[in-house]
Amino acid sequence: MAEKFSLRVNGVDHTVEADPDMPLLYALRDDLGLNNPHFGCGLSQCGACTVHVDGVATRSCVTAISRAAGHEITTLQGLGTPEKPHPLQTAYVEEQVVQCGYCLNGWVMTAAAFLNKNKKPTDDQIRQALTGLKCRCGTHTAILRAVKSAAAKMA
Amino acid sequence: MNANIPSSVSRRSVLQGTGALVVAFSMADTGNVMAATAGADGRPPLLPTELDSWLSIAPNGGVTVYFGKIDGGQGTDLAMAMIVAEELDVPIKNVTVVQGDTALTVNQGGASGSTGVRFAGAALRIAGAEARRQLVTRAAEKLGAAPDQLTVTDGVVSVMGNPAKKISYAELIGGGYFHSQIGWNNQYGNPLALTSPAKPKSYKDYKLVGTSPPRTDVEGKVFGTKPWVQDIRVEGMLHGRMIRPPIAGASVVSVDESSIASIPGAKVVRKGDFIGVVAPREWDAIKAAQALHVTWSQVSDPFVDQAQLYDYIRKAPVTKGDKQEKGDLDAAFAKAAKIVEADYEWPFQSHASMGPGCAVADVRPDGVTVWTGTQKPHFAAQGVAGCLGVPVEKVHAIWVTGPGSYGRNDAGDVTMDAAVMSQLVGKPVRVQYMRYEGHGWDPKAPASVHKGRAALDDKGNVLAIDFVSKGFSRLETNSTEADAGDTLAGMLLGHKGARTPAFNLPDNAYTFETKRMAWECIPAMLPGPSPLRTSHMRDPLGPQITFAHESFIDEVAFAAGADPVEFRLKYLSEPRDRAALQAAADKAGWKPGKAGARRVKRGDIVTGRGVAYSQRTNTIVAIIADVEVNTKTGALRVPRVVVAHDCGLIINPAALRRVVECNVVQGLSRSIHEEVKFDRNGVRSVDWLTYPIVDITEAPPVIDVVLLNHPEAMATGAGEATMRPLAAAINNAIFEATGTRIRRAPLTPERIRASSV
Repeated sequence: MAEKFSLRVNGVDHTVEADPDMPLLYALRDDLGLNNPHFGCGLSQCGACTVHVDGVATRSCVTAISRAAGHEITTLQGLGTPEKPHPLQTAYVEEQVVQCGYCLNGWVMTAAAFLNKNKKPTDDQIRQALTGLKCRCGTHTAILRAVKSAAAKMA
Repeated sequence: MNANIPSSVSRRSVLQGTGALVVAFSMADTGNVMAATAGADGRPPLLPTELDSWLSIAPNGGVTVYFGKIDGGQGTDLAMAMIVAEELDVPIKNVTVVQGDTALTVNQGGASGSTGVRFAGAALRIAGAEARRQLVTRAAEKLGAAPDQLTVTDGVVSVMGNPAKKISYAELIGGGYFHSQIGWNNQYGNPLALTSPAKPKSYKDYKLVGTSPPRTDVEGKVFGTKPWVQDIRVEGMLHGRMIRPPIAGASVVSVDESSIASIPGAKVVRKGDFIGVVAPREWDAIKAAQALHVTWSQVSDPFVDQAQLYDYIRKAPVTKGDKQEKGDLDAAFAKAAKIVEADYEWPFQSHASMGPGCAVADVRPDGVTVWTGTQKPHFAAQGVAGCLGVPVEKVHAIWVTGPGSYGRNDAGDVTMDAAVMSQLVGKPVRVQYMRYEGHGWDPKAPASVHKGRAALDDKGNVLAIDFVSKGFSRLETNSTEADAGDTLAGMLLGHKGARTPAFNLPDNAYTFETKRMAWECIPAMLPGPSPLRTSHMRDPLGPQITFAHESFIDEVAFAAGADPVEFRLKYLSEPRDRAALQAAADKAGWKPGKAGARRVKRGDIVTGRGVAYSQRTNTIVAIIADVEVNTKTGALRVPRVVVAHDCGLIINPAALRRVVECNVVQGLSRSIHEEVKFDRNGVRSVDWLTYPIVDITEAPPVIDVVLLNHPEAMATGAGEATMRPLAAAINNAIFEATGTRIRRAPLTPERIRASSV
C-alpha cells in the first residue's frame, strides 16, 4: 500500500506517495522529475543511480524510499551547477572525460564523497575508492586524471 | 532506396506536434539556431539536393549544421561543426549542430562504421564550401568587387586591401535561405556524397581544422542538464516493460491477467508473441512484469552447450563464404621447410550498454513520434513504420543521446517495442529494458573460429599464409533497424529479416607473395528473435579476426626466429603502415629480439611486451602492449599501451586522443573479460556479475597515443580502428611473458595460469 514520505532533495522538501519498498531512484526520477540519477542495473552493480544520502554515496536503485525518507539527499545537480561547479565537475569538463556520460553519476558522486574525506589520495587509493563502478565507454583513464586534478584543487 | 522522411512532412508540421517539446529541449539557449522556426517561412523541402538542407545562417550570424548521423560522445558532431566553420571562416562558437532528427536532417546513415568524418564530414565540407561560394558571390555584387578580390574573416566578407568595404554573412542571408541546388550522388545513408562547383579549402589553409576546441555535450552531461533518451517524458505516457521467454524461442500459450490485478493500473499488452505490461507508474510496471504469469510453449534445446560452441562452429554447414587468393598455395606448402598451424577462438560478446535500451513512442492516428537512442534514427523510423504497418512518411524519429552505443545495441529494438505498445494501448508509452535484457537480449557480436597456416623456408622466410575464419554472421540481424524483421518486436509480430550471411577478411597491407584469406558463415543456432542473434558491435568482427590473425603472425615470427616488429616490417612496403609500426616501437622503446627477449621475471611476476598491427578502412593502427603476469594466479596487469594511429587528416587531435584511449580501455575489457555465457535454453550473462567488464583498478596507468597526421590524405575514421589489434597485442605480450600461446579469448586468469606452467 502506498504511503506518504518526506524527501529532502538538493535542499528542497518534497512529499512522495509510494510503496515503501519502491527504490528511491523512481521517486527522484518519476515523482520529482529529476533527470539524475540514472537506471543502470537496478542491482547495485554499476553505480549509475548514485546519490548522496547524508553525504554518503548511495545506490538509489536498491535503497527503499522508506529508508531514504527524512535524510538529506543530494543528486548530481545538487552537487554543483555551471555557475557554482563542484571541483570534480570542473575537472570533468576540463578533461573532457565523458563519452556517453550515462555512468557519470556513479563516478562523480562516489568520488565527491571520497574526496570529502581523503584530501591527498594516491592513484591507488582513488582506484580502490572507485572500484566496482562501471563505465562501458572506457573513459577510466580520463576519470583518473579528473579525480586527481579535483583532489589537487580540493586539498 | 528512399531512406529519408519525404518532404511532405514539413518542418513546421513536425514542430507543431509533440516533437516540438524535445527539439526545443535540445536547442535550449542557442539563440543562433534557426531550425526550430523553419517551415512556413520559406525553407525548401528537406532534400539532399537543397543546400538549405545542410546548413543555415541565422539573423545573428549563427550557423546551424544539419548532421544526418549522430554523435554518441566521441565528438563527431564537433568535427562536423569544425569542418563547416573552416570552409565558411566563421568562429566555431557560432556553429550549432542539429542531429538525428528525421524531420530536420537528411539520412546520412546514422552512426555507422566510423564514417562520421570520412563520409558525412566530406559531404558537409562540400556544403560548407558551396555556401561560402554563394555568399561571397552575393557579397561581390553588394560590394562591387570581383569574388576573387574578397576575403572572409569571422563570417564577414571584405575587400582585400580595403577592409572598410565589408558585409557579414548575417547581412547577406541571415534568417533567409539559399534556395539553391547542390549535387548529390542519389544515395542515402553512409554513401551519400555531395558535389558543387565550389572548391573546398586546401589543408594548407586550415586554421580551425587540426585544433582542439572542446566538445559541446560535455557540460550538459556533467551538470545533469542535458537529457538522455531515458529522461524524455511525454504527458500522459505509460511505462512499459517487456516480457521475455524463459527459454529462447518459446511462444506465448496463455496469460493469466489476474496475476497482476492487484497492481494499480497495470495491464497486459499483447499481440501474438509480443508481450509486455504497462502501468501509469514505472515501479508498478516493473512489479507487473515480475508478477505476470505467462505459460510458454515447450521448446527443446535451442542452443548447444557453451562448452561445445567452437566444435559446433567448426562442424556447422556453411551458408556463404568468400576468399582472396594470390599465388599457388599448395605448391608453397609442398616445399615448406617448416609449417606453422594454429586455431583461434572468440566468444559471443554483448554491447552491454551502460543503461539498457529506452525509448518513448507516441502513436496517434495522424502520425507517430518516437524518441530513440538508436544510432540510426532514420532507419529506425522505417522499422517503426514496418512494425506498425503505417507509411514511413507518418513516422518522426527524434534521436536523443542514449547510453553508449557501439553498433547495433538494444536501442533500436526498444524503440520498436515502445511503438508497438503505444499503438496497442493508444497512449504514449515509455519502455525501458531491465538489466537482464540489456545483456541478455541485445544483438551479440558473433562468435567465431579462425585457422591459420603458414609455410616457411629454411631461412624463416614466409612462403605462404593461409587464414580462414568461420563463424556466425555479423548481419544475422542487420546493423540497421530499417526492416521490421531485424527487430525483436518485428520478429515477434511475424516479420522476417534478410538474415544476410556476412563475415570479413583480415585488413592489412602485408605483402606475402602467396596467400589465401577466406571466411565462411554459418546459420544462427536459433533463427528469429533469439538472444544470440548476431549483428554489428564496435568494429564488427575486427577484434575477432585480428586477434587471431595478428596472434598468428606473431607465432610465425617466432617460428622464423624473428623480432615481431622487424618481422612485420619485412612484409610491409606501404610507407604509412611502416611508419605507424615504427612510431609505436619508437614510443614504446622496443628492444629488438624474438619473443621472450623482453621478458623479465621478478618473483611470481613475469613481464612481456607484444605488438600488433592492422588497418581498418585505410586507418592504420599499431599497438604495443606491456603486460605483467602473475604465474601463480594468472592475474594480468597491463601497465602501458602505446598506440600509433594514422587516420589521415586529423580534425580535432584532443577529441581523437580520447576516442583512441576509450578504444584501448573498452578493447582491454573485451580482450580479458568479456564472454557471453549461455546454456541450452538461453543466455546466462544477464548483469555485470555474469558479464564482467574492465574495472578501474585494471585500467592501464599509461596509454601513449601517437597521432600520425596526414592532412593531405582523406580522413579515414577513428571510432573503431584501435579496438581491432588490441587483443592480439596483449596476447602477444602474454606469450612473451609466459612462453605459451593462448588461442582462445578472453584472456582470463585461468587461461593465463594454464599458459604459465
